Amino acid sequence: MEAFGLLLHGFAVLLTWKTLVLMMVGLVLGIFVGVLPGLGGPNGVAILLPLTFTMDPTSAIVMLSCIYWGALFGGAITSILFNIPGEAWSVATTFDGYPMAQQGRAAEALTAAFTSSFIGSLVAVLLITFLAPMISSFALKFGPPEFFAVYLLTFCSFVGLGREAKHKTVISMSLGLLLAGVGMDTVSGQLRMTFGSAELLRGINFLVAVIGLFGISEILLTMEERLALRGHAASISLRVVLGVWKDLPKYWVTLLRSSFIGCWLGITPGGAIAASFMGYNLAKRFAKEPESFGKGRIEGVFAPETAAHASGTSALLPMLALGIPGSGTAAILLGGLMVWGLNPGPLLFVEHKDFVWGLIASMYLGNVVGLVLVLTTVPIFASILRVPFAAVAPMIVVSCAIGAYAIQNAMFDIWLMLGFGVVGYVFKKIGIPLAPFTLALVLGNRAEDAFRLSMIGSGGDLKVFWSNGLVGSITTLAIVLLFWPVIDGLLARVGWTQRTRTTSP
Amino acid sequence: MSQTDLEIVVDDPTAPEDDSPSVVSSGTIEIFVCLLLLALAATLGYDNWRTGASWDSTGPEPGYFPFYLSIVLGGASLYGVIVALLARSGAAGTFITRAQARRVMAVFVPTLLFCLVTQFLGLYVASFLLIAGFMRMIGKIALWKSLLTAFLFTAIMFVTFDIAFDVIMPKGPLEAAFGY
Repeated sequence: MEAFGLLLHGFAVLLTWKTLVLMMVGLVLGIFVGVLPGLGGPNGVAILLPLTFTMDPTSAIVMLSCIYWGALFGGAITSILFNIPGEAWSVATTFDGYPMAQQGRAAEALTAAFTSSFIGSLVAVLLITFLAPMISSFALKFGPPEFFAVYLLTFCSFVGLGREAKHKTVISMSLGLLLAGVGMDTVSGQLRMTFGSAELLRGINFLVAVIGLFGISEILLTMEERLALRGHAASISLRVVLGVWKDLPKYWVTLLRSSFIGCWLGITPGGAIAASFMGYNLAKRFAKEPESFGKGRIEGVFAPETAAHASGTSALLPMLALGIPGSGTAAILLGGLMVWGLNPGPLLFVEHKDFVWGLIASMYLGNVVGLVLVLTTVPIFASILRVPFAAVAPMIVVSCAIGAYAIQNAMFDIWLMLGFGVVGYVFKKIGIPLAPFTLALVLGNRAEDAFRLSMIGSGGDLKVFWSNGLVGSITTLAIVLLFWPVIDGLLARVGWTQRTRTTSP
Repeated sequence: MSQTDLEIVVDDPTAPEDDSPSVVSSGTIEIFVCLLLLALAATLGYDNWRTGASWDSTGPEPGYFPFYLSIVLGGASLYGVIVALLARSGAAGTFITRAQARRVMAVFVPTLLFCLVTQFLGLYVASFLLIAGFMRMIGKIALWKSLLTAFLFTAIMFVTFDIAFDVIMPKGPLEAAFGY
């Protein structure tokens, strides 16, 4: 029950006018980026990050996380009304959401989407509230070998469980780790990979890379497509909302199942996209008449939205408890922590109680406020799409440039951002995933430090990673996950497991 | 049909045509990118080896960790080249069509110019020029609307960042003339 007391304290930290206003601003900006084509959670958070540089960490994280919640809510609006998924994890929402809108049930579909998002997040936040403090106090006992093992586990599970071609995930990850090492070596103070350039001395800033990779590259990608669109406008009346809520208990199995899937995939770096598809597919498989899915069934909206939000929220759990982000957006928030002078990891719960519990409390409050906000303002946000992209695109470019420059006041970073924009564009087009790159770039230095400290401690003996039960099992699990596709294939051949496949996006 | 079923329609005057010919295939780009990465891996690997990639009395030298990563990167890229070469005889997807390339260049070139102008005239002037120019040329939006939007957006950015949040942006002669 200690968590409960601390949570109340968190609410006390939060309930000031200033934070509440920031929360509203964050939510509105978030829904805005969620609705706009070509912008989404990670892009929005990355572009708007500089706004928070001069704030205190608590206000900053509240605003940023609210941008994230807003983006999660916003993605559903375009999927249902326009059949355009604002986010990859909203793709599954279009399957039944858009048919519902075509049948004139747009308001119902939107209410269902927002409500289930809210439920998904709530389950995940409850999980964070009770699990995160436990994990972090456990992790306080970790030494460098344990930390390196956990980093290794994160990287390996990306390779083993990712849906992309394995070598592309490896390319993305090793490139990220390499670029993280550019500049001054944190252990010896020696320079590496700078090739005599003074600009590279500072290293490659994670946030600059992210703004380019996600912001600029998205603009380039979006421009490739035909931007004309046609869809429905909708407003939600109280009667519809109450009608959907009244039926909610009927769908408790779907909601619970999707929440569970979402939480699980969010904590392991699998991500919201996989979660939303899995939630949808399972709801379909367990339904009495599966063929009615895709024709405007409300469960087809409940299932993916709940899962996507549960996973998007629970991705913050490993970030808070261990300093390891579970998603691209969580990685960016982690980058933010470093800018505000906080050191992510289990010590956060001890040294910065106000911050952590303020953030967790903001997850509760942000989702409640967000739900009310989207339900009442959908017509306004839907009409954002009337703003021509030719006006939005240059504004996003300018915001990106401001963001990139503000981090270290360096013109070089604007050029670097542009470079990463091109890299991100090409990588996305040839299927090299960006999430492992992001994660590797933000964790690279800490993973290396943990490795070298373990090595110094053990006198260069690699057996240190199997020196006790804990570190040994994490390392072994990491290696099993790395070779999971091979192991899975072998097991299937022997007939031990049936190879179950869920539809990939 | 209920009264909520108003339609929202947005047109795209410069949209790329669907039947535009392919400029380059994905396979070719994949090979090219993997070769570039291979070269990068070799360069970085060499640099790290020079820095010291072995063990000394204190443990691994600074180049140790990145050196082995360069090998991993190089290996994966080499594998990528081989896979892409083998897949080439099969169905190669289109990387970009001519019409799409034109559109992407229509954003990329202005963005490049924006960065250049920022370097010499400051960010706010560059921002005004980029937004107004882009809206007018690419979006075919009325001149007065473009100018007004660009001015308002730039002004809001200036007030938000330079004044309210104290995040100082690069400035040029115009701002200097106003005493900033």
